[in-house]
Amino acid sequence: MNAELAHQLRAKQAVRSWRLRVVRSLGPATSLGGVVWALVQPYRLTLLHPHGQGFWWLFSEPPLWVVLVGLVFGLVVAPGLAADLEDAEEER
Amino acid sequence: MQPRAEMVHWMFATGFLFVGLCLFCEAIVGQEVWRRRAWRAYLWPGLAFGMGVLMWPVMTFFTNSAIHMLAHSAWAQVMMLAGGAELGRVRGKLHSDLWLLAVPLAFAVSGTSFLVHEQNPWFFQRSAFLHHLIGWTLLGASVFPLARVFRTRSVTANSGFALTFVVLAIFLYCDRDLAPVFGHLSPLAGVPHR
Repeated sequence: MNAELAHQLRAKQAVRSWRLRVVRSLGPATSLGGVVWALVQPYRLTLLHPHGQGFWWLFSEPPLWVVLVGLVFGLVVAPGLAADLEDAEEER
Repeated sequence: MQPRAEMVHWMFATGFLFVGLCLFCEAIVGQEVWRRRAWRAYLWPGLAFGMGVLMWPVMTFFTNSAIHMLAHSAWAQVMMLAGGAELGRVRGKLHSDLWLLAVPLAFAVSGTSFLVHEQNPWFFQRSAFLHHLIGWTLLGASVFPLARVFRTRSVTANSGFALTFVVLAIFLYCDRDLAPVFGHLSPLAGVPHR
């Protein structure tokens, strides 16, 4: 039997939802930031005008690196963390 | 063959951005949840230590001046110390909370190094501006890791600590070897490249 009032349970649910939303959205938000950066400053992407460029200029694509960070975080770190957060909240 | 200094700054920015995201998540979910999987507990200290190790080649190959070499070696040492101390705490080899002081020390030393090794004034060009800005930001933001020493679970201190890395990453991504800043570019700086 759960002795907690309905509004207390809802409040807990809201906190959990807020944290989960942040964890799940950080990766996509970061990637989106990289995409927006690429659109605003396309000259930072040497791949768009690669002729005559050396290795380092072709390798150094900061907006794409931001997208990559978001992808790695969103695919490697966030799913497990979100699952653990859900488990921890349910245990409480 | 060697990358430009700005490219190295962007690479480190990428590492700092990832560390910042990890730390921010740790701040909002709490340390207990974050450490439920062992590899996550080692993630940011390991990255910090690894970036400290990678600062040594930077020191070795970017020898613009003696002060640059000293600054880069100072960063390498304090980043390795901060990462190593956190790794030791996570592993259970180091027990005292005083080891947390390694991180604010790293911030303070890094900030001072940024300020000391930038010889030009703020509006000389963009990289000079960013070196000053990053230096003062790190010195100011060292209050967050310092607060973590005394209030380990403080969401404000931990979030501030995490967001400092994100801000640092943004500053480093903005860096160019030779570019104007807010319309200012000293004629002594040279001609901007692409």
